[in-house]
Amino acid sequence: MLESILRGLSGLGSGGIELFSSQGLPNLVMLFVAAGLLYLGVKKQVEPLLLVPIGFGGLLANVPLGDLMQEGGLLRILYDMGISNELFPLLIFIGIGAMIDFGVLLENPKILLFGAAGQIGIFLTLLLALGLGFTQLEAVSIAIIGAMDGPTAIYVTSQFAPHLLGAVSVAAYSYMALVPIIQPPIMRALTTQKERVVRMGTLKKSVSPTAKLLFPIVVTLVTGLIAPKGLPLMGTIMLGNFMRECGVVARLTKASENEIANIVTLFLGLAIGGTMEGKAFLTPQTLLIFGLGFIAICLDTVAGVLFGKLVCWASGGKVNPLVGAAGISAYPMAARVVQVQGQRYDKRNYLLMHAAGANTGGQIGSVMAAAVMLSVLNGMGLI
Amino acid sequence: MDNWAFGITMTIVGVGGTFLTLWILSLVMSLLKKVFPLSPEESKTDKKP
Repeated sequence: MLESILRGLSGLGSGGIELFSSQGLPNLVMLFVAAGLLYLGVKKQVEPLLLVPIGFGGLLANVPLGDLMQEGGLLRILYDMGISNELFPLLIFIGIGAMIDFGVLLENPKILLFGAAGQIGIFLTLLLALGLGFTQLEAVSIAIIGAMDGPTAIYVTSQFAPHLLGAVSVAAYSYMALVPIIQPPIMRALTTQKERVVRMGTLKKSVSPTAKLLFPIVVTLVTGLIAPKGLPLMGTIMLGNFMRECGVVARLTKASENEIANIVTLFLGLAIGGTMEGKAFLTPQTLLIFGLGFIAICLDTVAGVLFGKLVCWASGGKVNPLVGAAGISAYPMAARVVQVQGQRYDKRNYLLMHAAGANTGGQIGSVMAAAVMLSVLNGMGLI
Repeated sequence: MDNWAFGITMTIVGVGGTFLTLWILSLVMSLLKKVFPLSPEESKTDKKP
């Protein structure tokens, strides 16, 4: 009887004993990392909707013997339910599509090209990742951090390098939140005072409701026919946008941008946090991924601003090159950064609507870049 | 395919493909605006608070 009681008692505190043994060191470190993510999310308000569940998921995954990421564990169930089959990022995309007004982009369709320039960092980072010894599919997954789009990064990485999912996702969301800090010095370094004060005038309302309604259908068909492997990504964004513009399914639109997006964000964050188990996460690779992610966003900004300078020159000085920095997917943060930087040098310069157009173009551009990558990989027979 | 051939192919086709697709999309969007222009009634509706 006494022996049985002692055996029973030995089960208590086993997690603590494991954590403070030499084997538990990676978990202990990751508990501090999880605490850091929770601190950033709660105290610094850095992408709190994602960093809070990711941080808590990381905390749960690193309590030894909790087995939440083992078969049948809560985090494993969430992972299998929506990450390994790419369902969660696609459901979030429906919500994103329902939230975005592409009207500003339709007012000036040419600005969509800024959304292409803002993706160049993805491809340059791919070369760097290959040079650092990552495999081809790992390099693709790391480079996609440059899309500055969390769901796209998760969608691609969960297919091609699921072992890097935690690092890629945390890097993607962290750098998205750091756009207001990372971009301005690059924007200032690459532009002259004369370029920064270029005024672009106001946009006249010229888009009919019919054009806005047909826009998601046309985009889905055109991009789907060109890069079919990216259809799930573009198709779900455009589904959300079509529901928004058609105006007859307000309940579905509201559910997509609120209830569904919120529930999926919680599950997605927890499941990603679950992939941050100490032994798998604490590797030199993770540090390299964070470094490459940072380079990717810098290169995106450099390419966007340089493209802006080119357009400024070609248009005879009618386009402010700062708008090029908004051609990334971090919406609407990148557009706000352009507005703030523009007004820093000319308080009466209102670039926000133009930057918002480039920013929505960046949303489409990032998804399109991923779609092109997937289709090229398919064409090469690598997937 | 070795890593450099892969990387350069992805970069050229990726950047080119993204620019080309978005350029085509911008043309299609301009066409949409021309085929379905904003009518005066819709314009007035937009100006209402």
